[in-house]
Amino acid sequence: MDARRGAGPRAVPKVRQVGFFTRNPNPNSPSPPSRTRSVPPNSNSPASGNSLSPVMIPPPRHVSENLSYLRTTAAVPVPYSRRIAQEHVTVVGSYNPADSVLGETLSPSFLDDNSDASTTLGWFSRSGSGKLAAASSSLPSGGFDLTAVKFDKFCGLEDKKQSQIPEKIGGVAVEAQNEVPSSSKPNKAKTTKAERRALQESQRAAKAAAKGEGNKSAASSRGAAPAKPQKQPSQKKDDPLVALSIAASDRKGTDRPPEKERKKEVPAPRMQFDDKNRVEKAKKRALVNQTEARNRVELFRHLPQYEHGTLLPDLESKFFQLDQMHPAVYKVGLQYLAGDICGGNARCIAMLHAFQEAIKDYTTPAEKTLVRDLAGKISSYVSFLIECRPLSMSMGNAIRFLKNRIAKLPLTCSESEAKASLCNDIDRFINEKIILADKVIVRHAATKVRDGDVLLTYGSSCVVEMIFLYAHELGKQFRVVVVDSRPKLEGQALLRRLVAKGLSCTYTHINAVSYIMHEVTRVFLGASSVLSNGTVYSRVGTACVAMVAHSFHVPVLICCEAYKFHERVQLDSICSNELGDPNAIAKVPGRIDLDKGTNKENLQHLNLMYDATPSDYVSMIVTDYGMIPPTSVPVIVREYRREYLLI
Amino acid sequence: MWRRSASFILDKYQTTQNEAVPSDSVALLPPLLSASTAVALQNPDFDRNMSMSAYYQTPAAHHGVVKSDWLAQAREAATTAVGPEVAASVRSGRTFSVIEEFNSWRKQPDLAEAVAAIRALAAVIRNSEANTMMELEIELKKASDSLKSWDTTSFSLTAGCDLFMRYVTRTSALVYEDFNSAKSRLIECAEKFVEISSKARRIIAMLSQDFIFDGCTILVHGFSRVVLEVLKTAAQNKKLFRVFCTEGRPNRTGLRLSNELAKLDVPVKLLIDSAVAYSMDEVDMVFVGAGGVVESGGIINMMGTYQIALVAHSMNKPVYVAAESYKFARLYPLDQKDMAPALHPIDFGVPIPSKVEVETSAQDYTPPQYLSLLFTDLGVLTPSVVSDELIQLYL
Repeated sequence: MDARRGAGPRAVPKVRQVGFFTRNPNPNSPSPPSRTRSVPPNSNSPASGNSLSPVMIPPPRHVSENLSYLRTTAAVPVPYSRRIAQEHVTVVGSYNPADSVLGETLSPSFLDDNSDASTTLGWFSRSGSGKLAAASSSLPSGGFDLTAVKFDKFCGLEDKKQSQIPEKIGGVAVEAQNEVPSSSKPNKAKTTKAERRALQESQRAAKAAAKGEGNKSAASSRGAAPAKPQKQPSQKKDDPLVALSIAASDRKGTDRPPEKERKKEVPAPRMQFDDKNRVEKAKKRALVNQTEARNRVELFRHLPQYEHGTLLPDLESKFFQLDQMHPAVYKVGLQYLAGDICGGNARCIAMLHAFQEAIKDYTTPAEKTLVRDLAGKISSYVSFLIECRPLSMSMGNAIRFLKNRIAKLPLTCSESEAKASLCNDIDRFINEKIILADKVIVRHAATKVRDGDVLLTYGSSCVVEMIFLYAHELGKQFRVVVVDSRPKLEGQALLRRLVAKGLSCTYTHINAVSYIMHEVTRVFLGASSVLSNGTVYSRVGTACVAMVAHSFHVPVLICCEAYKFHERVQLDSICSNELGDPNAIAKVPGRIDLDKGTNKENLQHLNLMYDATPSDYVSMIVTDYGMIPPTSVPVIVREYRREYLLI
Repeated sequence: MWRRSASFILDKYQTTQNEAVPSDSVALLPPLLSASTAVALQNPDFDRNMSMSAYYQTPAAHHGVVKSDWLAQAREAATTAVGPEVAASVRSGRTFSVIEEFNSWRKQPDLAEAVAAIRALAAVIRNSEANTMMELEIELKKASDSLKSWDTTSFSLTAGCDLFMRYVTRTSALVYEDFNSAKSRLIECAEKFVEISSKARRIIAMLSQDFIFDGCTILVHGFSRVVLEVLKTAAQNKKLFRVFCTEGRPNRTGLRLSNELAKLDVPVKLLIDSAVAYSMDEVDMVFVGAGGVVESGGIINMMGTYQIALVAHSMNKPVYVAAESYKFARLYPLDQKDMAPALHPIDFGVPIPSKVEVETSAQDYTPPQYLSLLFTDLGVLTPSVVSDELIQLYL
């Protein structure tokens, strides 16, 4: 914490902090730590915050190029003398090297592109006009996105001094290269205590897992570059995919009971998809043949991103070959992939039903115990489902429940008894946590609908739809505004259903939300999950609607079942998110494709699926335990998490 | 700026003993003498006697001034409606009514509404002819429902009923005992509750002492027994502070409080309700009671609390709420209009034309973001803890 503060009062790039390991590219670089603190006085401007705007999409680079750099990172030595020289320039350049957002991954490209300094210079002078977006997309594909980001920041800082920019360019450009040696140090310093602890724990676990492999020294030397490559494979030994912590931790837990508790406390780090080593490993084990997306968007490289087009037919053709996968699970996976099942509850129920089918057809192989083998089976199903589409947090909770039930099965009970009890448990979970919970939520939320209200909703949430219909049945007089957005246009289906039931509706797109908001009296929103700090993780666009509603003093009600509550804390929507089909946003029916006629290399599409709404914008969360303020989410998690794990 | 310096205390010592109010009081409102206030409350001509600046004299002459004390009238009306003999006859007769029982309890000056409700419910148990626990529970439920529907606007009444019902339905020990002992146990518990609630005020007063420092100025709105207890304790502890009382139109609860405080020799200054923002920069903290504390951590209190909280928030003054924990209610108003309005008549002193509408709501809702701390018998809480406590209590 202190180290972070030491880096200056500017907005530290949390992006890289939260979800990432510090990958130390250059262990033997003796970058002086004092550099981090040598913040030039005018860099204290708060304007630097805008450099991290997730909206800004830096220009592309060749993926292969980038990845190869990743691997060679550690080997690139930096002449010390040159660094000193650059350091000298730094002060002139007036920005803080500590906040290198992308330094760790990208820095090598700067070394190689040293000769391109002139290009950068040219670019800077071109974008001196302030047209940032245009400038960044017109960047040469040679790869100066670090500079692009930097420049953004720089621009923010020096807005008034725009005329001086050309003089300073030299400094900035060289400075960007200077990033290389120093990037490792500040990043390492900025890891929070919790992060370090998590890292330590996972390494300890990895050490235990890799007993006899002789890399014990690796675990102890944390953060050092040589430790990394050894650590990762060892951790992967028994996990087909470490994409979700539940899958990883629980599976291990059943194998090694003493470690279980510890693993539960500290979830294994999520798979970072910009980590090439691990991605390759995961690929080898993967059932599904996934093609990686070529154009990855900066800031979102750590998310799984695959081309959707080729996957479905490929999987369909393999339907009869995959014997280890239960057909019901396979079917659900395909439905996820094709987008036939969407919506948190629907996905969760479909998954649980598939697991129920699988459990019914399950027979314990000889010389194995049901508890362990079935847990392993479920894990493999889960990893298959993850390959089809990343799990939602609610599904993670459901899986955790099921695994817990399996682990808690008494050893004495017979196979048929165990199966029956598990099926019963799943039914109960679906019934109590989803169906009945929805009914309670509807009952609660309907009390907040008065005659003459104008209710706004965004996208299509099944609970919200039920609330509207129930309030309509009660004879309340109200109007509904359905706000929708491209590319999914989920609101249209909702609108159709509501209009068919006789509700008076208004349909608009999210562009008009600030126009429509002044006549709205309540905003009802669904959620994919609600996190411990009250952050609502929901369909992308929700945060925008909530923010507008907040500024218009319209109360925002989030309707969410308590099984979707998660103890995680998330501050932004970058470190954990899901990427949709990037082509979906490029294609507008009746228009020329965005892709057409443009150079594919410097155009990237970012189709995010979720966003995080800060709790300030949420007036109330309607859940099956009643109506609670967002500050009470941790109370519910604390009081009731145990209950449904031990039903 | 006058702040934390005890200058007014020095002023006080310099002035004579009967000048309880600081000398710099506004000319518009002459110092109210503690003895005369009580008389003045009853006296319809009280306002006439006040000296007024020439500017205000003319409009007053035209429109007249507020003469009647609504509270006194209402109290009179209440006493005539439910006479003590009625309650007595009810209790002995077959037609036992919770509401009347409740009203008879409520007349006790020191008894909070929630406590009166619980006493009334205890009386229901006492008079009940039920033979099983289930029957008793149903009877209690009916009684508490009728009590709640009798006055839907009172939050502490609702909260008190809910709390007691919660105890009845939740206490598993009751199931195993025989019926009569369970019954007496419930009555005993109700008695204990009354005891606890009277102790709650003491606890709150003790807790809040750390927040009242010498030389501070406290703004108080409305008449709250808890706040009075807090200030009384502070005065007993020889703290030097002064109090600004709002007038508390229309039932002038502020006058009542200033009367009480003047008896304690605490320097008091009366403000009209609209002078809150004007005098806020002199104020160090705002102390209010609460009619009810809702799930969000906000409070429902006498009309005007919200605007005082807004002003205090914008001037970065802390707003402290003193409320017993039995006022916590599982309600969640989203905005001001989101609750059944408690209406009270407002006397403007002049006939209001029938075409003119009058806002007669008596309560408003203060959202939690404008409150600093809640002093309760559970401890000093931030608003967000209220929901925590409620969840643990009711779920």
